[in-house]
Amino acid sequence: MKALNFLTRTRNGRSMDWTDWLSYAYLVIGLFLMFGPVLWLVMSSFKTEAALNEFPPAFLPYGQKSVAVPGEEKMKPVYRVKMPDGTTKELAELRRIGLTSTLIDPARPDDFVRVNVKDREPVREFKLATENYTDLGGQIKFGTYLWNSVFITVIATILTLLFNSMAAFALSKYKFSGRSAVFLLILGTLMVPPAIVLVPNFLVVSELGLLNSLWGVIWPAIATPTGVFLLRQYMLTIPDELLEAARMDHASEWQIYYRIILPLAAPALAVLAIFSVMWRWNDFLWPLIVLSKNEKFTLQLALNAFQGDLVTQWNYLLAMTVITLLPITIVFAFLQKYITQGIASAGVK
Amino acid sequence: MKTSASTPWFFLAPNVIVILLFTFVPIAINLHYAFTGGVNLYPTQRPGVGFENFSTLLECGSYFDPASCRKDVFWQSIWNTAKYAIFQVTLMVLFALITAVVLNRKIIGRGFWRGVFFYPVLLSPVVVALIWKWILQRDGLLNAAMVAMDAHPVLWLAEPGWAFFWVTFVSIWAHMGFYTLILLAGLQAIPADLYEAAQLDKASPWRSLTRITLPLLMPNLLVVVVLAMIKAVQIFDEVFVLTGGGPGSATTFVVQFIYQTGFVEPVRLYGIAAAGSLMLALALVALTLLQLKLSNAEKAGERAK
Amino acid sequence: MKNLTVRTSSLAASIAAALVSFSALSVQATDLRVQCYSDGNECEVTGDIAKRFEAANPGTKIIIDKVPYKAVVETLPVQLAAGEGPDIARVTDLGGLNKYYLDLTPYLSAARQKAWQDNFATTLPWFRSGPTDKGIYGMMSQLTVTGMYVNKTLFDQAKIPLPGPTTTWDDWMATAKKVADATKTPFAGAMDRTGHRFAPLAVAYGAKIFDAKGTPVIDDGYKLAAKKFVDWNKNGLMPKEVWGGLGGSAYRDAFEEFANGRIVLYYSGSWQINRMDKNVTKSFDWAVVPAPCGPAGCTAMPGGAAYVGLKRTKAPAEVAKFLDFLSMDANYTEMMSRTENIPANLAVAKAGVTYNVSPLAKAALNSFVADVPKILKPNFDLQGYKLNRAVFQPTAARLGQAVAGEMSVDDALKRLASDVDEQVKAAAK
Repeated sequence: MKALNFLTRTRNGRSMDWTDWLSYAYLVIGLFLMFGPVLWLVMSSFKTEAALNEFPPAFLPYGQKSVAVPGEEKMKPVYRVKMPDGTTKELAELRRIGLTSTLIDPARPDDFVRVNVKDREPVREFKLATENYTDLGGQIKFGTYLWNSVFITVIATILTLLFNSMAAFALSKYKFSGRSAVFLLILGTLMVPPAIVLVPNFLVVSELGLLNSLWGVIWPAIATPTGVFLLRQYMLTIPDELLEAARMDHASEWQIYYRIILPLAAPALAVLAIFSVMWRWNDFLWPLIVLSKNEKFTLQLALNAFQGDLVTQWNYLLAMTVITLLPITIVFAFLQKYITQGIASAGVK
Repeated sequence: MKTSASTPWFFLAPNVIVILLFTFVPIAINLHYAFTGGVNLYPTQRPGVGFENFSTLLECGSYFDPASCRKDVFWQSIWNTAKYAIFQVTLMVLFALITAVVLNRKIIGRGFWRGVFFYPVLLSPVVVALIWKWILQRDGLLNAAMVAMDAHPVLWLAEPGWAFFWVTFVSIWAHMGFYTLILLAGLQAIPADLYEAAQLDKASPWRSLTRITLPLLMPNLLVVVVLAMIKAVQIFDEVFVLTGGGPGSATTFVVQFIYQTGFVEPVRLYGIAAAGSLMLALALVALTLLQLKLSNAEKAGERAK
Repeated sequence: MKNLTVRTSSLAASIAAALVSFSALSVQATDLRVQCYSDGNECEVTGDIAKRFEAANPGTKIIIDKVPYKAVVETLPVQLAAGEGPDIARVTDLGGLNKYYLDLTPYLSAARQKAWQDNFATTLPWFRSGPTDKGIYGMMSQLTVTGMYVNKTLFDQAKIPLPGPTTTWDDWMATAKKVADATKTPFAGAMDRTGHRFAPLAVAYGAKIFDAKGTPVIDDGYKLAAKKFVDWNKNGLMPKEVWGGLGGSAYRDAFEEFANGRIVLYYSGSWQINRMDKNVTKSFDWAVVPAPCGPAGCTAMPGGAAYVGLKRTKAPAEVAKFLDFLSMDANYTEMMSRTENIPANLAVAKAGVTYNVSPLAKAALNSFVADVPKILKPNFDLQGYKLNRAVFQPTAARLGQAVAGEMSVDDALKRLASDVDEQVKAAAK
């Protein structure tokens, strides 16, 4: 009874009323809806190619049991067989020709039985297809791609923070003619979806000689309108008196920006950093057109290289997808506090 | 360095130069494409055609009946986009608001729950589409559940109505967290004593929601609606991977039409694609101005009361 | 805060330094970049053969760039138009990219020229711009043939014998319907969603594809086949979601439907053999039957991917040398055997390739090989037509709309004709 009391109490000591129950119900449904699909992806990435094609799909990765048979090189699949005398036995299948299957008991490798394929059923066991992951190492230069992805993400994020905060500083703390025009110009770029300027942008990057260079991915991405907007709104809340006092102390404008504004804008910068990391890490279409040499590939490009013309290697593709999700999930888990607090304090006023 | 007329420009320069180079130059090239024809990539090799690209797109018996248009898929995509934007923005803002209100309550494990609702925002559009394709396809998880419950499997992505529903659902799933956070920020800025006062007055929860929360949340709501509207009109990647615009053209949206015309078809018609993108940009600007105007009028009206 | 900034900037500096030294190391000798997409192990096998080439030709380095297929169809043409791109690429739009190809002829000895002309006599024209073009541009690394897979176990269970080698599409569908009904299988058959797979059906029912001037037309045969096909979907003989479930020209195969025993017939092609063997053999018996027929004959559609040399390369002689190396009988045979593909090299085909596959797969491969001589001229010409994708893509898009019930077959065919026309005219400008 006491435990129930404790559980049903909200933080300010009141006991739960119907709005609390409703809230928790909403949250639990939310948890299921938001995380369930991702969990399904992770589970699927541990399935063999054959299991992925199965219907109905099993939630946990199941695979057919296989055993070593003396005198055979490969592991042989195990079936539950209905014997001619009516009993059932677990046997390993040597080969199957047409509708006849030849099976043996691995313990007694000299006797074999032949049965109709209808009379045997695969024995399934819980089996993680870890080879989806371990095979990747041999197939792709994982380290190189990881390095490229990290390089692009880190450098682009640093530059985004620097450039956007400088612009936001100018737009929030100076009065000059053309200010609103510049602000509108920056915000106006929100109206341009990247997919529709793909070809012209390619021409620009190609003329600048940035093709097949990681910088060709970085430069066009850093002047984000969202960043300038977010930082400007936040900086507007920093009192001008602080700046005036610093100017009295003969601080240069750069020092004001660097020593006063930047540290004070840290929560908003943290939010932008998370967004920038997420955007650059997930970029696909733009890197695809800029980078065509393998040693410049990012993880997202390598992941999609499992998509062929006629066949897609889903098992590898899913495994690779889960791997690319990991770093961003970890970054998020650590910075989660900042993003929820940062946005809250950054606010949009 | 003392404050002078050039100081702000010093701080603006890096950002503005990057924007000019990688956004405005491409836009200028696109403009040039829109008024030139042929299949050449380099602007200088393209012959001028005046407004031909626009008239091709605009050639229509009736704009309400895409089948009567020369570019039927273009007009179908416009109507799809309009329908999608209305449904998606309304529902997403509604759910983001509910979620924000719930997350703003005194609940146990608040940080964890915020993380839960934000997590899908981190996923790339390709991954979002992949996840849901794996659930919604004929052999997917959802149909397995249907079969387990003795119901008939449904072709979630092959029936036009369902496909449209799921495209809307998936995009809300993927983006709601971002808007929830903006609204949450607004909620937290509302002084707690207002609610305490309301409680003293024995105001119902509903009443404090409509009388305190919503009015004070208006600025954030406006930002959310404008941003969500812009993004909704630009919907592309995740739907393209999820349904390819199908069944038929039921989930083909404007940006997909532009992308396919300029990038996927064997003979790439950059001119038509650019003309389409120009029309899209005009529509977006008009839409945004309209929303800002409406909200200003509303504010003026409130003040007048 | 300040400390952190200092540290990150020195990190950035060391990153930049590392990058410079990295790129300085990698320029030396001649590098050939080979852009390769993969349906299985094609890029790895090419890489292995390239290692032998490098051993025999010190100074030339072959770098295989494995890319998504999307890069080959969507971004490569833009890169080439801007004068960028790799030295060699594995492409499927064989004729469409002709203007960027390097003619290998001047770099091959007279004897090797003759070997190419003889061994690849059937496929070399696919790369050319027209009948007057005599260039040697590329080598088919994967020759494919479309064909019909059947679920033999279902036929056995229904106690219905497999129809003979000259069975028409209509009869196949009717028989499969009986099998499906007898075995409670939901659908009779399915076809991959692409205009490429539709073409043999159209030609079997009399489509000529091209008019007298060589321009593609949607003729009566094409229309007849389209109507049949849409009817099969509407009448529940084919699962609607394959063609009707996607939009635009998006590709979708029906492998899963077949593997899960939901269809009796599956019209796809030779590239599925490997997957069939790996995933289907253990569940039921499958086989490839001779090319289905129509009033105009029995036919299939050739296709595939090829390595082509690109004009923009700075080392044309090395490009030619490497492609020539790949085309040599021993290397080519190895490539075919390990990737389980049908040889386009006629000498290799004649000598035969040993595949290390199951008896079912071997029988299937033989059946495909036997279909090759039956291919009718319009199918062959369509494969060699440089704008063939301008026919394939609208076919998938418009018939897809008809199957989805968005428009009538007649309207879809009208739109299809005008789509094809628009693309062909735009290309001619």
